[in-house]
Amino acid sequence: MPRPRVSTTPAIVLRQRKLGDADKILTLFTANRGKLEAVAKGVRRSRSKLAGHVEPLSHATFQLAQGRSLFIVTQAETVESFTPIRDDLDRLSRGLYACEILDRFTETGEEHFELYRLLLDTLRRLSVRDDIDTPVRYLEMQTLDVLGYRPELDECVTCRKQLAAVTNYWTAAAGGVLCPNCRPGELSVRPVSPNAIKVLRMLLHARWSDVERITIDPDLAVELERALLEYVRWVLERDVRSAAFIDAVRRPRRGARPPVGPVARIADA
Amino acid sequence: MNQHPQGAAPPPVSRLIDEFHKLPGIGPKSAQRLTYHMLRIPPEDAIALAQAIIELKERTVLCSICQNVTETDPCGICSDDGRDRTLICVVEEPLDILAVERTRGFHGLYHVLHGVISPMDGVGPDDLKVKELLERVRGGSVREIIMATNPNLEGEATSMYISRLMTPMGLRVTRLARGLPMGSDLEYADDVTLSRALENRQDV
Ligand SMILES: [Zn+2]
Ligand SMILES: [Zn+2]
Repeated sequence: MPRPRVSTTPAIVLRQRKLGDADKILTLFTANRGKLEAVAKGVRRSRSKLAGHVEPLSHATFQLAQGRSLFIVTQAETVESFTPIRDDLDRLSRGLYACEILDRFTETGEEHFELYRLLLDTLRRLSVRDDIDTPVRYLEMQTLDVLGYRPELDECVTCRKQLAAVTNYWTAAAGGVLCPNCRPGELSVRPVSPNAIKVLRMLLHARWSDVERITIDPDLAVELERALLEYVRWVLERDVRSAAFIDAVRRPRRGARPPVGPVARIADA
Repeated sequence: MNQHPQGAAPPPVSRLIDEFHKLPGIGPKSAQRLTYHMLRIPPEDAIALAQAIIELKERTVLCSICQNVTETDPCGICSDDGRDRTLICVVEEPLDILAVERTRGFHGLYHVLHGVISPMDGVGPDDLKVKELLERVRGGSVREIIMATNPNLEGEATSMYISRLMTPMGLRVTRLARGLPMGSDLEYADDVTLSRALENRQDV
C-alpha cells in the first residue's frame, strides 16, 4: 500500500455539499493548487472537531491527504472566519456570490494564486466596509481580466474609434462597448453612461486602495451591477445562482417600512 | 459482477437501477447492489416494499397549516388544543420536528420549510414554504417565531432572511442558542443540548 500523500495549504471554502449520512464534500480554493474537492468526514455529527472550520467562506489551513479519488481533510484550523459576513444577510449574499464567481470561472487543478488573493481581499472588505457592492464589482472585473476576458473600454469594439463621453452601448457578446454610430442593428445592447465607463475603467486598472476611496451613487451602482453580471453570464454561458439571492435579500428591505402592504406583495409574488 | 451476456442488464433490471440511482446518497454502485439484492429476496418481501412506497404516497399529505407530513389534515399537532398557538418553531425538515418533540420542552406549533436557503444551489426563499409561513402569521395570533434551522451557514441565512421578513410585522424572531455546534445537523443533536438551546434562544 502506498502511503497517502499529505499536504498542508491555506484555502477558502467556496461551497460544500452533503455526502452520505454525515460527511460533506468541500470545494476549496487553495493558495497553491487552485480549486479542489475534498471530503470532510463526519462533520455533520455534533461532536465533529472539523465541523466549525469547514463552513463556506471560512479561510482555514487544511491538511489534506490524497485519497483514491478525492482529497480527504485530515485537519483544519480556521485563520479567518469572516463572522461579520455570516452575521449579516446583505454581506452574506455578496460573499457567497464572490465565492460562486470563482467556483464557476475556474477548473479544478489550475493554479490561481492571484485569484485566491483577490477572493481573500474581497472577503476582508466585505467584512468591514459599508459599501459591499464595489468590492464585488472589482472582483468580477479582476477575475475577467486575469482569465483573459477583459472588456474593451477605451474604443468602440466595431469601428475602433476612441469612445466619446456620451451614452454608449454595452455588449457582452462583442466584448465591450459600442459607440452610438455602430449601435444600430446590434441586438442585446444596453445603454452605458459615461460615468459607468469611467468606473469600469477604474475597476480594471485600480488597486484596492483606490477602490476603497470611491463612492458610487445608488443608480450608478445598479447600472454597474447589471452590466457586469450580464458580461459574466455571457462569458460563463450560464447563470450565477447567488445573484438571485442578492435580489431576494433586497426585496423585504425595500418593503420594510409599512408593516403589511409590501410584505403582502412578497407573499403573492 | 453479475453481467447480462451482451454486457448490459435486461431492461427491468436497468430500470430499477436507474430508479435507485435517483435517491439521495445512492451512487451507481449502490444502485446496482440494491437492485441485485431485490432479485434475490422472496417475491412477497419485494411486493411489501413496493406496497409501502405506494401507501406512503397515497396516504400521506402535507398538513395545510404546518406543512408537516401527515395522514390527517390538519396534523395531530396542529389540531391539538393543548398547544400554544402563539409560538411557531420553524424547522427545515419533518425529521427535525421529532428531534424537538423529543426534548418535551416545546409546546407550540411547528412550520416545516422543506429545505433551506442555498444560494449557490439556486434554492431561494420562493422554493421553500415561506409564503405559507407568512400566511399563517398574518392571522395575527402568533407572537414569536423560533428558528430551529441547522446551525450552519445555510440555516443561519434562512433564519436571518425570515427575521428580515417578519420583524417588520411586529413579530419576535428568535434563534436556537449557540450551544449547538456549528456545521452539525439538528437531527444529531442530543436532547439535553437541544433543550438548552431552545430555552436560551436569542433574538435574530
Ligand atoms: Zn463604433
Ligand atoms: Zn400541522
